[in-house]
Amino acid sequence: MIPLKAYLVLSALLFGIGLAGALSRRNAIMVLIGIELMLNAANLNFIAFWRFHPGTEPLAGVMFVLFSIAIAAGEAAVGLALIIAIYRHYKTTNLDRMDSLKG
Amino acid sequence: MTFMAMITCLPHMLLLANPDEWLVRLKQTIVHWLPGPWQFVISSLITIAVLIAVFGALFAVATLIERKGLGRIQNRPGPNRVGPYGVLQPMADAVKMLIKEDVVPRAADRVVHFLAPLVLVAPVMLAFSVIPYGQGLVPINLDAGVLFFFAVGAASELAVFMAGWSGHNKYSLLGAMRAIAQMISYEIPLVLSTVTVVMMVGSLSLVQIVAAQGGYWWGVIPRWNIFAPWGLAGFVVFMIAAIAESNRSPFDLPEGESEIIAGFLTEYSGFKYAVFFMGEYFGMFAISGLAITLFLGGWHAPLPYLGWVPSFLWFFGKLFIFLFVFIWLRGTLPRLRMDQLMNYAWKCLLPLALINIGVAVIWRFTAGWPGPLRWLVCALLIVLAFVWLEKTWMKSRELKPRTYHYAS
Amino acid sequence: MQAAFFIIAALIVIGGLAAMLVRKLVHAVLWLMVTLASLAALFLLLGAQFVGFAQILVYVGAVAILIVFAILLTRNSEWAKAGRLASPSWLVGVGIAGLATGCLIASILASSIPPGVPVPPAASVADIGQKLMTEYVLPLEAVGLLLTAAMIGAVIIAMPEDKRG
Repeated sequence: MIPLKAYLVLSALLFGIGLAGALSRRNAIMVLIGIELMLNAANLNFIAFWRFHPGTEPLAGVMFVLFSIAIAAGEAAVGLALIIAIYRHYKTTNLDRMDSLKG
Repeated sequence: MTFMAMITCLPHMLLLANPDEWLVRLKQTIVHWLPGPWQFVISSLITIAVLIAVFGALFAVATLIERKGLGRIQNRPGPNRVGPYGVLQPMADAVKMLIKEDVVPRAADRVVHFLAPLVLVAPVMLAFSVIPYGQGLVPINLDAGVLFFFAVGAASELAVFMAGWSGHNKYSLLGAMRAIAQMISYEIPLVLSTVTVVMMVGSLSLVQIVAAQGGYWWGVIPRWNIFAPWGLAGFVVFMIAAIAESNRSPFDLPEGESEIIAGFLTEYSGFKYAVFFMGEYFGMFAISGLAITLFLGGWHAPLPYLGWVPSFLWFFGKLFIFLFVFIWLRGTLPRLRMDQLMNYAWKCLLPLALINIGVAVIWRFTAGWPGPLRWLVCALLIVLAFVWLEKTWMKSRELKPRTYHYAS
Repeated sequence: MQAAFFIIAALIVIGGLAAMLVRKLVHAVLWLMVTLASLAALFLLLGAQFVGFAQILVYVGAVAILIVFAILLTRNSEWAKAGRLASPSWLVGVGIAGLATGCLIASILASSIPPGVPVPPAASVADIGQKLMTEYVLPLEAVGLLLTAAMIGAVIIAMPEDKRG
């Protein structure tokens, strides 16, 4: 059987990939995709812990992931709406060019 | 069980037992011979093979019926050259599609262009796996069957986008955008009308939804959901949304040949086009199967004394009636305009579906009332609430000559 | 079971890496969908059926389409031209991410977490429904409110300014 640690390592890898992408890509949409990856890594952790250590509240892990998925959907909608609004102003989705507050 | 024993008991099974049971038992007998670890694999493979064979054959029959039926509606004979009365036309079509040149535009994204038809067909085939076709004839009885159906159905939107985007053709992309906007808009009333059934049955399992519709009121009227007022309204919403989901006329804007030259299918030819075509028909079968399961009692017989007919025949009989209605609508209704399509989903179907959920709750808590009174009150509530809402809130602008925003 | 885990895990990691590295945004979304669908498969493997289906319904059905529409509405972002993909400070970003991942993996491997129960806990749809309507009804309402607010907010933000009134 696959031990719990394997799932945790997989989740850590996914989180790392998402974090690296979100920190280093120039395009705002790519940053959002990186954030989605990180959220999903967290979900995987919840499900893995729920599966191996249900604890006293047997459904807490599943519930947490369901709410997390719903919130991720809302986050994506608002984030993409912001990107579209910014695009109207600057005609770009390149984050390095959105520097009007820079001194 | 040995081979001889099986041979001797086969006629017994055929004659005495319920035909649904012998289908299941035949499979069990075949699987029983095999060594332990193979049983699960072979059992699954048999089920998959049967599903593909049945629906593949149904696809061929459906194209023939559609072409013949449309021909009759339009006062022409339809295909009549291949075989007697043209019954071998699907074979000829298949051969034609297979030997046609597979054109891929030079600017196309080859990988995505290749994957799009597969991404469309595979999820639809998965959707077949949760529908109960007869008593005990369900490939997988999932606890969350309805959710599974809609989850795999969601992948078709991505497939349509892949098809439209990969061709690098503006008509493809426009068609795909139209198709996605339409599918997302109509998915909401589709799911909301399903929710009423799920609420009343108290289960997301399609097998339990069918089981809840067994039996008859006063010994004649089957206890199907469509015979309750919320079921009737839900069925109407569901069917309109289902026609739109499967991109059929009168909601076939994404593929409108006369406006955007077949939309996301523009850049497809030959075998890939055939796969798309098959995917759309499979989608139509799957959503009709879901409608039958949710509202028309699944495999239950319409009259109590017809219970001896094998249950899967009832299911497929109902499926053919749906097929006929789909073709009939295609032959008689003109195509909608894009703004009409959107308005219809958001301002008409969505309120009706929401009202329907409310009335379903009332129905649920008036179980003690005499039948006809309860029916009448609930039906009136739906009609009055809907009419009032449309009259006061959703009032459409007064009729005036059409104004063109983008063409001048 | 073991083979299934390794195939799915490979798909998740490859999909995630590809999503972050490819040049075309639409390809990135498609790779993201490979990752998220494999993740749903992993949830099914772990016995969380409802969550797996919800994951596919929400991500493949809704989030993918949202991102794709955003890409098409910001047209010149679709083709990252010959320019660089990464921002000038990408080395710092990758370094921070690598360090964080390294710390996480090292601490996971070093921890003495017990192996846990071998049988998956039961999570039938009926149980989840019961819990959602009793114990978790307040979070459920809050999520409903949040999604409504997000929807209205997204519509207003994305609306052209001359139409906002």
